[in-house]
Amino acid sequence: MKAPRFAYARPATLEGALALLAAHGEEARVLAGGQSLVAMLNLRVAAPRVLVDINRVPGLGEVALGESCVRIGALARHAELERSELVARHLPLLARAVRHIAHPAIRNRGTFGGSCALADPAAELPACALALGAKLVLRGARGERRVAAGEFFRGLYETALEAGELLVAAEFPLPGPASASAFGELARRHGDYALVGLAAYAQRDGPALRDVRLAFFGVADRPVLAARAAAVLEGRRVDEATLARAVAALDLEPRGDLHASAATRRRLAGVLLERVVKELAQ
Amino acid sequence: MNDAQEALDIELEVNGEHVRRRVEARRSLADFLRQDLGLTGTHLGCEHGACGACTVRVDGAIARSCLMLAVQADGARIETIEGLSDAGAIAELQNAFVLANALQCGYCTPGMLIAAQALLEADPQPSRDRIREFLAGNYCRCTGYQSIVDAVASVAAHRAARGPR
Ligand SMILES: Cc1cc2nc3c(=O)[nH]c(=O)nc-3n(C[C@H](O)[C@H](O)[C@H](O)COP(=O)(O)OP(=O)(O)OC[C@H]3O[C@@H](n4cnc5c(N)ncnc54)[C@H](O)[C@@H]3O)c2cc1C
Ligand code: FES
Ligand code: FES
Repeated sequence: MKAPRFAYARPATLEGALALLAAHGEEARVLAGGQSLVAMLNLRVAAPRVLVDINRVPGLGEVALGESCVRIGALARHAELERSELVARHLPLLARAVRHIAHPAIRNRGTFGGSCALADPAAELPACALALGAKLVLRGARGERRVAAGEFFRGLYETALEAGELLVAAEFPLPGPASASAFGELARRHGDYALVGLAAYAQRDGPALRDVRLAFFGVADRPVLAARAAAVLEGRRVDEATLARAVAALDLEPRGDLHASAATRRRLAGVLLERVVKELAQ
Repeated sequence: MNDAQEALDIELEVNGEHVRRRVEARRSLADFLRQDLGLTGTHLGCEHGACGACTVRVDGAIARSCLMLAVQADGARIETIEGLSDAGAIAELQNAFVLANALQCGYCTPGMLIAAQALLEADPQPSRDRIREFLAGNYCRCTGYQSIVDAVASVAAHRAARGPR
């Protein structure tokens, strides 16, 4: 189908974008990569009166190394994260995860900020932000605030963003020398949204793991940390018995849908946990 | 441009030609190419990003023209299957598709060729798995894909045998 009628604005500055969002309130929608929003317009599940295209706001797409964090601009494209040496060196989890997002043509336009703002429960990047303890930087007419990933993702397509606010970046704490990450997802076909996925992050302490964070996606209305399973792994050497206990401690309650039943998803979550945590410990 | 408008003037380059038009904000780049410029080689299957039939090049990178607004292409350089064919840029792939029977109805073919060209630019010697992975976003309802993978692999093999030009 074709998109309904709307008005379009293309601000050239961040202030201009915020002014437009403030002026149009709930009737406005931000347009970033358009890889979800334009599809929703064409399907007529979204019908905003005004689109505020942020693609020409300078600086919003920067990926930069700070003193204690890596800052990923909201407009950084999936394809840029895939190619970025800085991301490969400091945030290898992100570099791995983006390759699982859709297809090259979509990754050329889809953005980091768009993925987080959309908050699809099966999306890769929100789970990575949660695993790595990122903070999302939100800017509104009244100023800037930072929200931890764990509080930013509130539910099905629901975030802490308020009307008139723009997600401008995410700040990822710099991993240390003992940090390790691993990633896995199971999907029907390459490029599909995951049936179940896992972004994992931990600190290595000899043969043991500490500060284990297991961010599952596709199993709830938002990415979730499997805290009980992580507690089983905490401080222990990763062996078959520990892994089996961690899998048994998984307290996920996925829903079934036409792609996979709840039981299948629960089982796949256990399979992924074993695979990904083994890799984490290597 | 500061205020929101329902129709806008855009200027862009399409297949090497300078184009100026007034377009509705809601017009997709695909509909702009097909209906306003008569370039009907860009096909529309799903109109929501799933099938890849509408693939074009925007400033050299492949994109879904159903998921871009024409107004967003203001100032951009667009290449469609018509331009790439006329320039001879994909002649080898086109021949290989014919030889391998990699098309039947032809609906997916323009998008498939443009995606395959992008793959060979990024990775001149892709494995069959890599070809499948890269083209997974382009649906074909006719061929069963085997022959498409054959065609792309044969171009890569032929180029390797011939050596760099
Ligand atoms: C066929 C297909 C397969 C896909 N598969 C996957 C997949 O496997 N995994 C995955 O994660 N994604 C997938 N996607 C979605 C893709 O990753 C999108 O790029 C992404 O979800 C949205 O990013 P975008 O930049 O395109 O945002 P848009 O589509 O422009 O916007 C999405 C939403 O976020 C809001 N928004 C965007 N940017 C901001 C901002 N900076 N501040 C505030 N609000 C903002 C918009 O208003 C809109 O509501 C797929 C898409 C398609 C078409
Ligand atoms: S028509 Fe654009 S992807 Fe199907
Ligand atoms: S040849 Fe008919 S869809 Fe591919």
